[in-house]
Amino acid sequence: MKRVGLSGNYAVAYAAKMADVDLIAAYPITPQTPIVEKLSEFVANGELEAEYINVESEHSALSACVGASLTGARVFTATSSQGLAYMHEVLFMASGLRTPIVMANVNRALSTPLNIWNDHSDAMAERDSGWIQLWVTSAQEAFDATLEAFKIAEEVLLPVMVNLDGFILSHTYEPVVLPDESLVREFVPPKPMLNRVSPKFAYSIGVVGPPEIYYEMKYQVVDAIENSRHKIKEIDKEFGNKFGREYKFVNEYMMEDADYALVTMGALTGTAKVVVNALRKEGEKVGVVSIRCFRPFPKEDLVALLEGVKGVGVMDRAVMPGGPSNPLFADIATALYGSSRRPLLQNFVAGLGGRDVSVEEFKAMFGLVKDVVREGRPRSCIYVGLRE
Amino acid sequence: MVQSGCKKMLEIRWHGRGGQGSVTAAEILATAAINEGKYSQAFAAFGPERRGAPVLAFTRIDDNEILLRTQIYEPDIVVVLDHHLSEGDDVGEGLKNGGIIVLNSTYPPEKYAKKFPNARRVATVDATGIAIKELGTPVTNTAILGALVKATGIVKLESVEEVIRERIKTHSEKNVAAVRSAFAETKIFDREGHE
Repeated sequence: MKRVGLSGNYAVAYAAKMADVDLIAAYPITPQTPIVEKLSEFVANGELEAEYINVESEHSALSACVGASLTGARVFTATSSQGLAYMHEVLFMASGLRTPIVMANVNRALSTPLNIWNDHSDAMAERDSGWIQLWVTSAQEAFDATLEAFKIAEEVLLPVMVNLDGFILSHTYEPVVLPDESLVREFVPPKPMLNRVSPKFAYSIGVVGPPEIYYEMKYQVVDAIENSRHKIKEIDKEFGNKFGREYKFVNEYMMEDADYALVTMGALTGTAKVVVNALRKEGEKVGVVSIRCFRPFPKEDLVALLEGVKGVGVMDRAVMPGGPSNPLFADIATALYGSSRRPLLQNFVAGLGGRDVSVEEFKAMFGLVKDVVREGRPRSCIYVGLRE
Repeated sequence: MVQSGCKKMLEIRWHGRGGQGSVTAAEILATAAINEGKYSQAFAAFGPERRGAPVLAFTRIDDNEILLRTQIYEPDIVVVLDHHLSEGDDVGEGLKNGGIIVLNSTYPPEKYAKKFPNARRVATVDATGIAIKELGTPVTNTAILGALVKATGIVKLESVEEVIRERIKTHSEKNVAAVRSAFAETKIFDREGHE
């Protein structure tokens, strides 16, 4: 074990290397590129024995991963934004074919206008593709989640997307504890995995599913991701026992006696916690809930945490134009609909396209949650920091 | 005076131009602090990457885990890698009262005392000259690190040298020489009544 300074991107690359991947297929895109650059370096200098395929697009990158995964190989890819969007149709094939692919998605805004900076619109647009989605708040978590992702993917036979905020995590150097590789090998199961395609045992896969078949096949993905919760929990616990860090589906901060809370995802959770510390000193009973496992959605955990709280702000970093709210808010509201003790919910959008979300803006969000509780009804979505 | 056993979080803002290695300098400092057992973050305000364009980078150092994910608006320390930028007015923006500014400049630090009224300490070093002499190219990031360590004591000089040897594969010894000569040549002005 050693404590080093690493960027979020390099932390992911080290995790994929320590998980001893067999194949990496990727196409460069900012801010993801340093992940696959580092992995190609590991392959080139012999530190990692793997096939590295330079493809001509993200569509091909994920297609290569699907094919390789079907042969039983442990595969990894990484992308961002337009790259993830270009993978769109293959994402559904990866889950439908039950290929345990691990992908790091370094969150970046979608065009137009072209923007390389961070928000969550790329992952939100692929919310319904049948992938498990983990979201991290630090470089350490990026490393840890990537390791857990391999084990989760291979045990539940679903692809896993590890989301880390572009630049805010991907290009930030901070302390990361790297465990001994031997310990990682103990945690990530030994290969080979299920081999469904080989020259000796060839058959067609991903063929037509007519109306008599399609519905049941699709339901299998629904069922698999629903039932993955138990395994995800078990694997996280095992990770905690081995490495001393456990994450659960949601991370709660100062929620025991909170009257007001903010729900977040990703790295800005840290700033929210700093603001909670400051507001607590002023006597405000506030807390933060950060969602770490977004798919499958941690409905029960959220209900348990948010029932009885007076007011909850939900901070979306993506928009759902023309929708009833924005994506994270919609999920939280749905999760709480059946509860008779549901809090008043207020939707916020903040930090689109890499706009910095300041300490003052987080304070303002907590203040607004308090205001709407006093007023007795939520306002329509509040766009924090938007110039008029 | 800023010392390595820092009690509260220190925020550093780096001003340079594309190609001078400002982001690398921010990362080397953070890594040196992490290797000393502290918590640190290094990041940049990334834009389209162009040689010669002004670049901002940031480092935070703390004894405790750093949760904050905003940019730095009120730095404790400002470091300027480009000698033209040192003559501009905006590098001192937001500098905390009693802060420290480290400039790449051939002039003595007293010249800048009036310009940066918030700074209780101004340090100057001819980082461009040192870089050309030691490296043969005006890449000032390693030289300015030597000046920063001299002016602040924020990390140990050896910690910076160790990270440079690990991280810069070609000419690492030349860069270590640049750090050392900048450390030796840095001139410091302390405002009266503060020391």
